[in-house]
Amino acid sequence: MRIVLLRDLKLAMRVGGGFGLAIMFFLILVVLVPFGIGPDAALLSAISPGILWIGALLACLLSLDRIFSLDYEDGTLDHLAIAPLPLESVVLAKATAHWLTTGLPLGLISPLLGLMLGLPIEGYLWLVLSLVLGTPALSVIGTFGAALTLGLKRGGLLLSVLVLPLYGPTLIFGAEVARRGSAGIELQTPLLMLLGLSFGVMAILPFASAAVLRINLR
Amino acid sequence: MSLWEYANPVKFLNLSTRALPWVSALSVICLIVGLIWGFFFTPDDYRMGSTVKIIYIHVPAALMAINSWFMMLVASLIWLIRRHHVSALAAKAAAPVGLVMTLIALITGAIWGQPMWGTWWAWDPRLTSFLILFQFYIGYLALWKSIENPDSAADLTSILCIVGSVFAVLSRYAVNFWNQGLHQGASLSLDKEKNVADVFYQPLLLSIAGFVFLFLTLVLIGTRSEIRIRRASVIAARKLLL
Amino acid sequence: MVLSVLDLCVSRSSQVLLANVSFELAAGQALILKGPNGLGKTTLLRAITGLQPALSGQIIAGEDSFAYAAHADGVKPSLTVAENLQFWADIFDNQDISSALSAFDLNELKSRFAGMLSAGQKRRLGLARMLITNRPVWVLDEPSVSLDKASITQLEEVIKQHLQNGGAALIVTHGHLDLGSSCRTLSLDRYKFNRGVYDDAEAFL
Repeated sequence: MRIVLLRDLKLAMRVGGGFGLAIMFFLILVVLVPFGIGPDAALLSAISPGILWIGALLACLLSLDRIFSLDYEDGTLDHLAIAPLPLESVVLAKATAHWLTTGLPLGLISPLLGLMLGLPIEGYLWLVLSLVLGTPALSVIGTFGAALTLGLKRGGLLLSVLVLPLYGPTLIFGAEVARRGSAGIELQTPLLMLLGLSFGVMAILPFASAAVLRINLR
Repeated sequence: MSLWEYANPVKFLNLSTRALPWVSALSVICLIVGLIWGFFFTPDDYRMGSTVKIIYIHVPAALMAINSWFMMLVASLIWLIRRHHVSALAAKAAAPVGLVMTLIALITGAIWGQPMWGTWWAWDPRLTSFLILFQFYIGYLALWKSIENPDSAADLTSILCIVGSVFAVLSRYAVNFWNQGLHQGASLSLDKEKNVADVFYQPLLLSIAGFVFLFLTLVLIGTRSEIRIRRASVIAARKLLL
Repeated sequence: MVLSVLDLCVSRSSQVLLANVSFELAAGQALILKGPNGLGKTTLLRAITGLQPALSGQIIAGEDSFAYAAHADGVKPSLTVAENLQFWADIFDNQDISSALSAFDLNELKSRFAGMLSAGQKRRLGLARMLITNRPVWVLDEPSVSLDKASITQLEEVIKQHLQNGGAALIVTHGHLDLGSSCRTLSLDRYKFNRGVYDDAEAFL
């Protein structure tokens, strides 16, 4: 699994593009929000945790279709499917690579954007923590969606339609942690739920994704 | 003789040809009696006035919206385990019916909610859950539409249905956590004490039965046409070779 | 026998292509499958390697026997030739990529990015992957496409070497490969299925 992961990271570095694009998208999206909502600092401060979470979610979503498509087109997936490592771990490696190149950097850069939106000082730690702990779930769920739409022409839009409803619970718990954190109230329950969700999908969903991949490869 | 015999498409067609008139007649009778009884021969609620009468559409539609997904889940499992085509096609046929039921529940809910809560829409957990269910139906149908090979489509949508069911339950809990709402508890449940007075309860049961039969009728018709479409393509494929 | 195929039927999009295909392949043997386009050769190979389910019939082979090479070789343009091979070497737990490199004369290109290779060079890189897998049965789908004469000779040598080491090869090709006396040719024409759709779909009639 480590091998696939390292190769994917190397590919992401070499090609560049994807690595930075999701973050650029996130930046631009968050900058656009005040244009739509108005420059009222109090309002922006109040909604900033939610905006940052939705921005991160969309940035994750838009980079999903590249998880498998290149490996599918050049035949790598065929070879991996009959290689001695289980397809489930290939899926998990792919999701991890996606997280390391989108979710994690998004989480780390979010304080900067929080600053611009006037996020209260108590909120930064929780914002970063919620994104770092919650985006793995987004990557794993997204990998399932990417596997489902593999090889479909115009799969991109379908991918969004399939994945967005599945993102609901993660967004609710993740944004709740960030929101409660910035309001300085108790947040143990949503934080635990978010953790449980991330680990739960990591444990179960790769099996569904691998099954879907096998169907799409035949 | 086992029930699985009717998993054969031709046997299913024969059986459903015989069953369809009965099921559809039952649905019409139950709906007419239930709705007329409900609309014209029950008193107004002391609190809600005559608006309560939308319950005879709202509650059955909401029930069927959920049960239809549940039926799709069972049919998907049967397809994945036993690979009966009828099962996959029945799941496919149930989806649009479920989608429309969800829409009816949402719309009647909005119409009912306006005089009751003073708003067409509220981000109440129940309403939100139905909105999420609506999205799940859309995704499921979109996936069916976009895959050409019918067997692959059945496989993939079945897996999506199973994963979607898990996430639907998760969403329900998440949404409950997110907002404790204004919607009253379930109006009807078999294990709890009923909290709707008998006068409303009996016609309600009748219209629920009507909706169940209506659902059956529509799913039967849908499955039959799906079977015929597959049949036509099988025949066409044959002609091509001969 | 390293591979026995018994009464295999394969289909593509609900259409049976080949029916009752049977053959055996012993260690040290190669089998070349011939047939016109669209007959289902690729589908047959994919079914044998387990990439897609067969409709019926049996494939008897040891676990993890197959190495598969097809039109798409899984070559990453942004990795160097050596890195491409090293990836598969790690996957297959085999640390020796130098013999694979020299077998296909890729040593000089070792540190070049695969994206800068010509089609034939890329093809050789894809085929070099087979040597790394250490798998006994090579399943090759059109291996000689875009190879020049010298490279084809190289390919023949590598396959012969593989056969001598106790391996086996199942090859679909339109060209000519000279693999010596241990090679048979099987024409798939007689397995062509003419009756149309498969049993499963018959249920709809």
